[in-house]
Amino acid sequence: MAALEISHLAKAYGSPAAAAVLQDVSFAVASGALVAILGASGSGKTTLLRLIAGFERPDAGEIRLGGALLASGAVFMRPETRGIGYVAQEGALFPHLCVADNITFGLSRAQRRARHRVTELLEMVDLPPSYADRAPQALSGGEQQRVALARALAPGPRLVLLDEPFSALDAGLRAETRRAVAAALKAAGATAILVTHDQAEALSMGALVGVLQAGRLAQLSAPEALYRRPATPGVANFVGDAVFCPGRATGGRVRCALGDLPLSGGAEGEVSVLVRPEQIKIGTNPASGGVPAVIESVTFYGHDALVALSVPGAPAVTARVFSHAVPKPGSDVFLSVEGAVAAYPPA
Amino acid sequence: MLLPLGVTVLDAAGAGWATASALLLRPLVGQLLANTFLLIGCSVLCCGAIGTAAAWFVERSDVPASRAWAVLLVAPLAIPPFITSYAWVSLSPALQGFWGALLVVTVSYYPLVYLPVAAALREMDPALEETARSLGNNVPTVFIRVVLPQLRPALLGGMLLVSLDVLVEFGAFALLRFRTFTTAIYSAYRAGFSGAEPALLSMILLLLCIGCLCAEYFVRGKARYGRLGRGVRRGVARYGLGGWRWLIAAKFTGWAVLTIGVPLGMIIYWLAQPGDAATAPVGDSLADVAQAAWASIYLGALGAGLTMALALPLGILASRYRGWRVTLLERAAYLAQSVPGIVVALALVSLTVHAIHPLYQSTFLLLLAYAVVFLPLALVSVRSALMQAQQGLEEAGRSLGLSRIAVLARVTLPLAAPGLGAAAALVFIAVTTELTATLLLAPIGTQTLATQVWADTSTLAFAAAAPYAAVMAIMSIAASWLLARRFGAASVLVPASV
Repeated sequence: MAALEISHLAKAYGSPAAAAVLQDVSFAVASGALVAILGASGSGKTTLLRLIAGFERPDAGEIRLGGALLASGAVFMRPETRGIGYVAQEGALFPHLCVADNITFGLSRAQRRARHRVTELLEMVDLPPSYADRAPQALSGGEQQRVALARALAPGPRLVLLDEPFSALDAGLRAETRRAVAAALKAAGATAILVTHDQAEALSMGALVGVLQAGRLAQLSAPEALYRRPATPGVANFVGDAVFCPGRATGGRVRCALGDLPLSGGAEGEVSVLVRPEQIKIGTNPASGGVPAVIESVTFYGHDALVALSVPGAPAVTARVFSHAVPKPGSDVFLSVEGAVAAYPPA
Repeated sequence: MLLPLGVTVLDAAGAGWATASALLLRPLVGQLLANTFLLIGCSVLCCGAIGTAAAWFVERSDVPASRAWAVLLVAPLAIPPFITSYAWVSLSPALQGFWGALLVVTVSYYPLVYLPVAAALREMDPALEETARSLGNNVPTVFIRVVLPQLRPALLGGMLLVSLDVLVEFGAFALLRFRTFTTAIYSAYRAGFSGAEPALLSMILLLLCIGCLCAEYFVRGKARYGRLGRGVRRGVARYGLGGWRWLIAAKFTGWAVLTIGVPLGMIIYWLAQPGDAATAPVGDSLADVAQAAWASIYLGALGAGLTMALALPLGILASRYRGWRVTLLERAAYLAQSVPGIVVALALVSLTVHAIHPLYQSTFLLLLAYAVVFLPLALVSVRSALMQAQQGLEEAGRSLGLSRIAVLARVTLPLAAPGLGAAAALVFIAVTTELTATLLLAPIGTQTLATQVWADTSTLAFAAAAPYAAVMAIMSIAASWLLARRFGAASVLVPASV
């Protein structure tokens, strides 16, 4: 496994510079780490993956793996010579080959005949050895994805790329497959890049999470830092639900309609304050000293609920509460904010 | 539909064992078998290689003007093979015999491979090829290990269609003086009315055709790899050929000249020759051409009408109701595809001569032959047209208070109308270019474009045949072009030129 370095990568499709898909993207992935790239559809995340895999040529910038140059404006290594494993959106198992032949597809003829490491790889992706002779059509979507990962890992790639590998699965299967894939990647000690549009998936799987917006890498941070201290209000909104409220920052604290709150970054003067809905606590006792508010409406989700509130002097405020303690619409309540908040220059 | 089959079997059985074995165990039959198999083997290989290569370059490479090639590559389907045959024979008599037959068959029938293979290439998930490359395979290896195995059903299906068409083709081989079963059956029939020999040869031909058809059924049923995923797909990546793209374009151009240029060019060449320069047994006049064209159109319209009148109720039955009777009907229609036109015609001759003499050489009998020959073709199109109206829509109509009949009239038929029109047009084209049955069954004095080309070319009067061939080619190409524009290239896949 090797470290990946990407610098100033750019790609546009169509007639000269018609539609820029990626612009000036730079980041590095340490050996053995899993980086998740989070982006909406059309953000260029799949293109980024295809450039790294070698299915497309970059217009500018460099891609290096383990120090060796894979692609630049002038150099281009063919995908088959890069040693990079690739797991496509729906697995892309070869429909004319059984599971074992799929897994050994990238190995030498002798190893194919000997079914080299098939059982071991099946075990790694948490599938029983009896699956070796099955046809891909006989597998569920999640099982197909796991076989696709085993196939990508079989030749011992230097890097594994996962292109939205769970998006075609339904919710229950998705969580289970995610766990199996994360465990297999860890067992193989693989350097990996996972591309997804699912916030929870990116935050839960990546050691680092990058946010790609309109072809640019807006931020690359550890999951918690990304969620707590997003680089821009745009990233904040994309990564999770957000409440913004104008305020005034002085000396590491900010005063706004939701109270006097500790700041997690340095800011002074007029700011826009980011509060996550789950930071807002709702109390019914006026003696607790919170900000008075009125419950507008409640949306029930099961294990939690979103409560829309009207607070004097603040724009729309929503709070996330556990569903066993949902207040009635129309009732008067008192709000307090837990933990530090982030602040941005006013919009 | 299966009546001709039965009559042929009866006629053959009537010959008795001794006569049958004497007739069948002749060197002639052996030679016919050898000719047929050799031609099928070679033409299947040529069509397979050319059709697959052309499809790959059009669908997967950055060859210039790929859209134009996609049209030009299927255009030969619109030219009846015996017109192609006429063109080549008139170019050089040296083309008579095996090599000429192989040439004509290849240039006429390779689209039967090209179309399904191109469709399969479009259907294929590009992620498969990309994944294979990321696993260390270069482009040629990926083609052999991943693309080709998945093309196999389409390729084999196309090759079997080519085989079936080679088996039933008559006009092209007769003009090339290449002996196959169809031409041997025809000359046996001309030599004398003894039903035994043509019927026995027909039996062998039928067995071969049914064999082909069963193989096709098997290939279609067993070897289909469904796409695994069902999500959205990216467009297919095209491979850059670099400087080679111009070489490939040049090859495509050469191929277009061979497949379309030569047939059309030769017709124009002979049209330009003064009439008396040709050894013309039939004095051509504009009136004669107009009369033959009218006969073709008239028979085509009536034939299409009768065929559609039979196909429509069968199609409604087959697309809306399930059950063993419907399944049996479908299988029968499918089997009837394999009965060559010449066998149908001979069976009808035999039937009318022996049983219902007044019908012999009547227009009605000819129309009946067309209906039998082209019913399977019409049925396929009618069924797929009716499938356009999904069951959900009909149920919606019923829930809004319409009766079964009202739903048929107000929902199903309006939705299916374009497809039904296409089916009728397809049968019309097929009938106007039909040669074999017309030759055997046309009432005395009725000459169509096809029989005129046949008569003139048989006596080497190429210039005399040219106006008829030209009208026929124009009609067929124009109608196919309209069809293809409206319904896509695959709609002109006329299965067998009978």
